[in-house]
Amino acid sequence: MQNRKSTEDVAFGIRRRVFEHSMRNNGGYLSQACSAAEQLAWLYNEELNLGEPTLPMIPKPFGGVPSAQNKEYHTGAGYNGPAEPDYDRLFIAPAHYALVAYATLIEVGRMAPEGLEMFNKDGSSVEMIGAEHSPGMEVHNGTLGIGLSTAAGLAWGRKRRGEKGNVWVYMSDGEVQEGQTWEAIQACAHHKIDNVKAIMDVNRQQCDGAMNSVMEVGDIAQKMENFGAKVVKVDGHKLDEMRDAAKTSHRGKPLIILANSSPFRGMPSLQLRFPRLHYVRFKSERERAEMNKDIARSLGIEPIDYQKH
Amino acid sequence: MVEMVARPYERAFEKHALENPDVLCLSADLTSSCEIDKFRDKHPDQFLSLGMAEQNMLSFAGGLGLAGYRPFLHTFGVFLYRRPYDQLMASIAYPRRKVRLMGFLPGITTPGGMTHQAIEDISVMRSIPNMTILETGDATEVESICEAADSIDGPVYCRVLRGNVPRLFDTPIEVGKMRELSLGEDILIVTSGITTEEALRAKSALESAGISIRHLHLNTIKPFDEEAMLDHIHSVKGGVITLENHVTEGGIGSLLAEIIADNGVGKKLVRLGLKDTYAHGGSRPYLMNYYGLDAIALVKGVERLTGQVLNISEEDLTSARVEAVHSTVKAEGL
Repeated sequence: MQNRKSTEDVAFGIRRRVFEHSMRNNGGYLSQACSAAEQLAWLYNEELNLGEPTLPMIPKPFGGVPSAQNKEYHTGAGYNGPAEPDYDRLFIAPAHYALVAYATLIEVGRMAPEGLEMFNKDGSSVEMIGAEHSPGMEVHNGTLGIGLSTAAGLAWGRKRRGEKGNVWVYMSDGEVQEGQTWEAIQACAHHKIDNVKAIMDVNRQQCDGAMNSVMEVGDIAQKMENFGAKVVKVDGHKLDEMRDAAKTSHRGKPLIILANSSPFRGMPSLQLRFPRLHYVRFKSERERAEMNKDIARSLGIEPIDYQKH
Repeated sequence: MVEMVARPYERAFEKHALENPDVLCLSADLTSSCEIDKFRDKHPDQFLSLGMAEQNMLSFAGGLGLAGYRPFLHTFGVFLYRRPYDQLMASIAYPRRKVRLMGFLPGITTPGGMTHQAIEDISVMRSIPNMTILETGDATEVESICEAADSIDGPVYCRVLRGNVPRLFDTPIEVGKMRELSLGEDILIVTSGITTEEALRAKSALESAGISIRHLHLNTIKPFDEEAMLDHIHSVKGGVITLENHVTEGGIGSLLAEIIADNGVGKKLVRLGLKDTYAHGGSRPYLMNYYGLDAIALVKGVERLTGQVLNISEEDLTSARVEAVHSTVKAEGL
């Protein structure tokens, strides 16, 4: 697809859309937009080799779960284009980043803005925790830790078929607390699966709060290297560092880019909510109004007129 | 005497895999225990070792399914669903991947004790949407399990017998079709897996005692055609007995209970199997006797169901071993 916007503009648009949505709905995954905006913008706007979307710009309603009877069933992968040999695939492993991922699809012209209006509405496919049938999703990743393993299997299979496309995984750092993540890395290394590439949002936050207060995970990079991955550490808000990292040679190993990020980036007033950043729900109308004013000022936009909705 | 077949899975899998290039052989460090070590050595390019890491193996297999492969996962049945249950749900069952879960050592067929004995696997799998469940009861069914499993449009869990396996049947598994081993009129006995051989051992003694047996063997547990079963339930004057190598909750005993209750059939049901208990480690004959899964347990169950004392001893059953199946009864001729 043609890049219609700069990646910086896409990243800004992601924060703006998630902010607007969260203001109107009195809460949302704001900190994930702050930490992930540049990473998802870079993936979709530059790095991923994707075809034109195959699904309607305005998402269809929920069409039922997979079953032998549901002949019309399809996943939301069509928003990333067709599953053809040369194209890349992307799994969003932390499925609660869905709001941020949907905002990205809109910013890169793969979904209509109306899609975000359907977020978390009954009967909608644009679910709060990205499901297989949600826009841009291909597999269920709502339980953390399964994304990299699934990608490894798909990548091994694609390589066996001689397909050139890569399998990308967008990961979150909390996932390293799950044992399966380490099983997946060792399996990639053992089977030399080097068409798997991951970028991990290392924002050091998880549901209960700061990771070092919930379960210290130590030196993620060193541990991953020891399990057999090629690891590159970057600033998760600097596009040039991600661009360079993706060029790293990782023959016979999976590439994992650790993107150190800030959960307040672009919205510094979220620091007032630390350490409860996982899902920001405003505690009072006063807090909501103040956040609206402060974050809008930080983003350089007008405050949201959420009373209209 | 019944024919014993050595390692029927080993040959059957190799034949099936070589005929189907999209079939992959996955193992989780129990390669020789699951009779695929020769396959690994002869066909390494179709074999994937995933180590002692079942959670990764199940999601990895889901990814292989997404790439259009049909992975056969080999390990002990219990390791396919207890630890990696979440991965089974999210990566295999929900998206209906064509993953073939080959569960060896079903129920008490292992001396490995609680950690190795899949005693509630059928119950777990029956409650998973999109899952198909097959169970092998003899060498012919083991020889045909790969083809049967691979015909399923979605995930399938199979209880597979290994080692020396008796040959009871002449025809391969037909998915969805129960075997009618005898068509008597007094009571209905429903078995699957290794308990079918036990029921066959009890049959002639029961008939000598004047009980006319209708005996069905199930190799397809889910999905299940209840109409055919209802006809059999209606065809007997008395009640129904199930005998399973599994806890009596959620397996074929529960399956029969559901059919009887759903259809308002007023017949008694005796469910034999592990009665809300774990087993411990021991030999198969010992465990089958200790936990009441063998032929004598079935005889006692018939006594309970009919209220008759049958005066059948264990010796009567041993002498009646499986000759009856192939020669006089001609199980497949029915």
